[in-house]
Amino acid sequence: MRPRSLVPIIYIVFLMLPIYWLVAMSFKTTNEILGGFSLFPQDFTLENYRAIFTDPTWYWGYINSIIYVTLNTVISLAAALPAAYAFSRYSFIGDKHLFFWLLTNRMAPAAVFALPFFQLYSSVGLFDTHLAVALAHCLFNIPLAVWILEGFMSSVPKELDETAYVDGYSFPRFFVTIFIPAIKAGVGVAAFFCFMFSWVELLLAKTLTAVEAKPIAATMTRTASSAGYELGLLAAAGVLTIIPGAIVIYFVRNYIAKGFALGRV
Amino acid sequence: MRTHNPRGWLFVLPVLVLVAFNALIPLMTVVNYSVQETFGNNQFFWAGLRWFEEILRSERFHAALGRQLLFTATILVIEIPLGVIIALSMPRHGIWVPVCLVLMALPLLIPWNVVGAMWNIFTLPKIGLLGYTLNSVLGIDYNMTQSPTAAWVTVITMDVWHWTSLVVLLAYAGLISIPPAYYQAAKIDGASNWSVFRYIQLPKMNRVLTIAVLLRFMDSFNIYTEPFVLTGGGPGNSTTLLSIDLVKVALGQFDLGPAAAMSLIYFAIALAVSWIFYALMTRDRQ
Repeated sequence: MRPRSLVPIIYIVFLMLPIYWLVAMSFKTTNEILGGFSLFPQDFTLENYRAIFTDPTWYWGYINSIIYVTLNTVISLAAALPAAYAFSRYSFIGDKHLFFWLLTNRMAPAAVFALPFFQLYSSVGLFDTHLAVALAHCLFNIPLAVWILEGFMSSVPKELDETAYVDGYSFPRFFVTIFIPAIKAGVGVAAFFCFMFSWVELLLAKTLTAVEAKPIAATMTRTASSAGYELGLLAAAGVLTIIPGAIVIYFVRNYIAKGFALGRV
Repeated sequence: MRTHNPRGWLFVLPVLVLVAFNALIPLMTVVNYSVQETFGNNQFFWAGLRWFEEILRSERFHAALGRQLLFTATILVIEIPLGVIIALSMPRHGIWVPVCLVLMALPLLIPWNVVGAMWNIFTLPKIGLLGYTLNSVLGIDYNMTQSPTAAWVTVITMDVWHWTSLVVLLAYAGLISIPPAYYQAAKIDGASNWSVFRYIQLPKMNRVLTIAVLLRFMDSFNIYTEPFVLTGGGPGNSTTLLSIDLVKVALGQFDLGPAAAMSLIYFAIALAVSWIFYALMTRDRQ
């Protein structure tokens, strides 16, 4: 083994330590956690997980999160695909300014928008719905999706479009049956980043929901403060939020690095 | 070559409508609040630019901005070189590549408040792995809730833990796009490791690294959830970064006018710095 490969190994160990501690905590009883330090769970228990899977306020948190994250990914991609095509293939008045304006929304601090978002979505009657969170997350996911997709589309030669027209394809048919399959890696990468940023965001999701669409992350903050400090339960809920991300990342592992490399800017 | 086609506007219309709905209406609400004063009951009075003057002169805002700049500068100085070093020493092919990538990307997909909660549990003085090791094994007095220094070190370590992988992924993407012929040529010329890095790898990573700096600047400047869950801004105000302070003013004290003015100043700073980065990047491309 070359000494150089020590660097990634040390780094990965550093990354895994807090995660290991979270997992270890989730298998301990509250008594053991508060009783003192133990490196491995002495009194191995699945009680914390059982509590989550039998309490609707807990498991609905996961279902709510998955619903709005999926909705957001679908809306973002559906809107971003034609827009990215336009930025990649056409020049039109104001295109460069529009592109920069889109990117500026990626820079807006979520804390700035929390209160106005609450008022806006309350006044249109969407407060506490999955759609509200999905639409709000479009603010930072659409610019990112356009940015990534535009990079992938620009690497497809323009001759593909022209050949399709010569062969008599209508534009919608060409776009759906030829063009999108040609950039399917890009669609995957964009979907991954939309999923990621919608899944990890809490401030807006918490502001826009009360009961019906409350995300899992918000349920966790409630538990930490009101029901005493149930660390084991909190840890188990935390472990369960890592799993969807881990599954998604496994499927796109070969495209993650490429997605940014081909981005515009 | 792109053709001139006004149909482009039709294609970007859905994006325009969605983003404008989310960006312009709330922004107008903020602008509206920032020039008015309210005593509750939905009664508003014109306040002109008073709030802006007050915020720009307020010690509290200067302190929060100072902490924010210090935080962003520190994490950029640590994460960018560290990310490059790790990317350089990663394997280029073989079965370890996907293993490394999946494990390294894991922190990026953990909800932000879970990151905060996880580090909280990890650093508890008596029962956390790190807290216990430092206090009881190494004998270092470490308590995040009492010492501002410990709180700062923890918040920064957490951010390094959370986001260095993004820099690694980007730098790695730049590295694997270098054709093997470049390395062979360097070997024939007898170039040292340093010159390979300086004249081949660094220029090839230039573009992705600028993206990394930009993304890390934007996200660390807007950071809220992780430090809020970890320290709550304390002890005292020592880790109250801009977003935390803003939410305290807006939702804690419900001072809508000053909070709105502060939001706009905050957004303007973020925008200005990002624009400088953007301008530098596009200049390099031409």
